[in-house]
Amino acid sequence: MDRIAGIINLDHEQDMLDELTYFRCGAAVPFGGRYRMIDFAISNMTNSRIESVAVFARRKYRSLMDHLEQGKAWDLDRKRGGLFILPPDWNDPTDISRGDLQHFHNNIDFINRTLADYIVVSGSQHICNINYQDALQEHKNSGADVTVVYKQVKELYPEHQRAHKLDIDANNRVTAIHNDHSSTNVYMDMYIIEKDYLYHLIEKCIAHGCSHFFLDGIKAKLPDIHIHAYEYHGGHALVNSMESYYRNSAKLLDPQEHDELFKDDAPVLTKIKNEAPSSYTATSNVTNTMVANGCVIEGHVEDSILFRGVKIAEGAVIKNSIIMQRCEIDSNAVLENVILDKDCRISTGKTLIGAPEKPYVVAKRRTM
Amino acid sequence: MKNKECVAMLLAGGQGTRLKSLTKQIAKPAVYFGGKYRIIDFPLSNCTNSGIDTVGVLTQYEPLILNDYIGIGDTWDLDRKYGGVSVLPPFMEAEGGGWYTGTANAIYRNLKFLNQYDPEHVLVLSGDHIYKMDYNAMLDYHKGTGADATISVIEVPWVEANRFGIMNTDEEGRITEFDEKPDNPKSNLASMGVYIFRWDVLKQYLLEDAEKENSSHDFGKDIIPSLLYDYKKLMAYTFEGYWKDVGTVDSLWEANMDLLKKDPELDLNDQRWRIYSKNPNQPPQYIAPTAHVRNALINEGCRVYGTVDTSIIFYGVHICESSIVKDSVIMPDVKIGKNVKINRAIVSKGSVIEDGAVIGDPSPDSEITLVADEGSVLAASLATHT
Repeated sequence: MDRIAGIINLDHEQDMLDELTYFRCGAAVPFGGRYRMIDFAISNMTNSRIESVAVFARRKYRSLMDHLEQGKAWDLDRKRGGLFILPPDWNDPTDISRGDLQHFHNNIDFINRTLADYIVVSGSQHICNINYQDALQEHKNSGADVTVVYKQVKELYPEHQRAHKLDIDANNRVTAIHNDHSSTNVYMDMYIIEKDYLYHLIEKCIAHGCSHFFLDGIKAKLPDIHIHAYEYHGGHALVNSMESYYRNSAKLLDPQEHDELFKDDAPVLTKIKNEAPSSYTATSNVTNTMVANGCVIEGHVEDSILFRGVKIAEGAVIKNSIIMQRCEIDSNAVLENVILDKDCRISTGKTLIGAPEKPYVVAKRRTM
Repeated sequence: MKNKECVAMLLAGGQGTRLKSLTKQIAKPAVYFGGKYRIIDFPLSNCTNSGIDTVGVLTQYEPLILNDYIGIGDTWDLDRKYGGVSVLPPFMEAEGGGWYTGTANAIYRNLKFLNQYDPEHVLVLSGDHIYKMDYNAMLDYHKGTGADATISVIEVPWVEANRFGIMNTDEEGRITEFDEKPDNPKSNLASMGVYIFRWDVLKQYLLEDAEKENSSHDFGKDIIPSLLYDYKKLMAYTFEGYWKDVGTVDSLWEANMDLLKKDPELDLNDQRWRIYSKNPNQPPQYIAPTAHVRNALINEGCRVYGTVDTSIIFYGVHICESSIVKDSVIMPDVKIGKNVKINRAIVSKGSVIEDGAVIGDPSPDSEITLVADEGSVLAASLATHT
C-alpha cells in the first residue's frame, strides 16, 4: 500500500456562515448532530490509512484546536506521524511567500519529513465519504501529474456557484478549470500529488510571487501539466453559506443520504463527549429527527437535528430546526426554521420563526 | 517514587451465574447497563471522580472482553505514568501459583503490586453494583476516625435485610458484629462490598489468613470476622444515594428501569460526576416519522421506525416499522425486524429478531425474558410465545 500524507488547507476558506462563523472558522462549525465540518475531512484521511495529517489554519482557530486536541478521536495521537495543527506563525526573515504559500513554505518540514510518497490536499467544505487509496490508484494508472477530485452533481444549487468546475475529455483528463455556472462537474477542493512534484511546484510558485497554490501552481499550468479527474460517486454536500448549511443539514434526515455519508467500514469520527444516552419522557413526541447523546426531550420535535446535551422542556415545539450543543428550550417555546448555536437558552413561551429558505439564526450563548 | 495514599483493588473475577446466559462469555463486571455502560464503568468512574488514580483490576473468569475493554484505562482517564489501571490476572509462581481461590486470596496474591505503591490505605471494590460514590469522602471518614478498616453501608428496608451482609454498630458507628444474611437482623445497615483498610493492618491479616488451612480466603467470611475477633477498629460509613446490586436478571432489569423514572435517583447527566464509558463514536440516533418514542433512553447509532415505550436501547440498534419494544432492555447492535413485539425482556448484544417474532410476557410481575446468547438469530417461529 502506498503511503499518503494529508494536508487540510483552510487558508482560502472564507467564514461565510454568518453567526456560526463569528467566533470560529468554517472548519470548526458544528454539523450533523455531533460533528464539526472538519471531522469529515480528517475521517476521510484516516479511513484511507493516512497516518500523518497537517491542518493549515489561518484565522479563528481556537475552537478548532480545542476540538482536534491531539487527534485522539481519529487515532492520530501517534509517535510516528499524527496530527499537526499549524497556525500562521512564521519567523523566516528571508520568506517572500504569500497567501497559502506561506503555509507551504513555512511548514515545508512536514512535507520533507513525511515518509509518504504522495500528498492529499483537501479543504473542509465538501462533506463526503471518500477513499483516497482508490483515488491514488487511479492517479497512478493515469500517469497524471496531479489528480483532482470532482462530483457530478445532479442539480446545481447556489453553493455550487462559488466552486470551480472541470471540463474533462474522454480519458478523464482535465482540459479546463473554470467557474462556469452551468457545469455540473464540481471540483471538490481535493487533489493528489506526488511529494517531490509538490515540492517543485511550491518552489516555483514562491519564486513567481504566487499567492494561491492551487490556482497559480496547478490551474494556471494547464494544459502543460497532466491533470486527471477522479470522479467521486458517494454522498456529497458543499457547505459554504448559511443557506447551504441549513439545506444540507436537513438532507441528513433522509436515510439514503445519511447512509451514503455514514458507513460502518468508513466511520466519521469526532471528539468524544462522554454523554449519557438521550432520554425521552412520557410527554416527548419526536419524529423524523436526528438526536445526539445527552439530550433530554420532554417536548415536541419534528424534522430537526439535536446536538449533544440539548434539553427540551414539556410543551416546547421544535420544527425544521438545528439545535446545537447544550441549548435549553424552556416550556411552551416554539421554534420553527431556527438554528441555535451552542449554549443558547430560549425562555418559556418564546416564539422564534424563520423562513424555510432563510432560517432564524441565534449566535452562541444567547438567552432569548 | 512517592507512595500513593490510597490504591483501589477491584474484584472483577466473578462469573455472576445468576445472570444466566448474559455472563456465558463475559465476566459480570463487563455486563451492559443503562444504554451505554458496562457495570465496571461505575466503580472505575467513581475512582477517577474521587481522585483515586491507581486501580488494580483482579480478573479471572472469561477475561477476554473485560481486558479488551479496560485496555490502558484511557476511557476513565486512568492511563497514568505512575499508577493508572493494571489488570491483574491469576498467575504461576516459581513455587505453585494458580487460580485465585477467594476474594482475600486475590489481593494476597498481588501483594507485590500493592507493595510497589506502598499505600497507606487500600480501597477494595467489587464490580457488581451500580452507584455513584465519592470514595474520597469515605477515605476522609476512615482517616478521621483512625479506623483499621471502614466498611461502607447503606440502609436497606428491614424486610430485605435478610438478603444482605448486615453490620451491627454502636452509637459511634463502630461495627460490633457482622451477620451474613441473618434470619433476624438486628440492624438494616447492609455492607455495600466497599472496604477501606489500613494497608499495614490488611497486609498482616492477609498473610495470616493465607496460612490458615480451613479458611475460604474471603473478605466477608474470613478477614472481616478475624478483625472483629481481635477488636480491631472497624467503622461503618453510611452511604446515602442510589445503590443497586445487579447480580440477577431481575435486578439488572429493575436497575435499568429505575433510570426511566421521573427524576431518576441515579443521574447519568451529572456533569460533575460523569460515568465514563467507551464511546462507540456512531452517528446520532434517528427517530423516523413512523416512530413513537416514550419514556426511553436511546443511544447513538440507533434507528427507530417502530414504537419504543419504557425501554433502554443501547447503541447501534435498529427497530423496524410496526414493531413494539416495551419495558425492555435492548443491548448493542440488535436488529429488530417488522411487526415484532418485545415485552419485559433483555435482548443480548447482536441478536437478530426476525419479522413477526413475539418475545416476553407483558403481564406485570411475570418473569423477565432473556434473549439468550450474544448474536443469536431469533426467527418468528422460534420466539417465545406467551
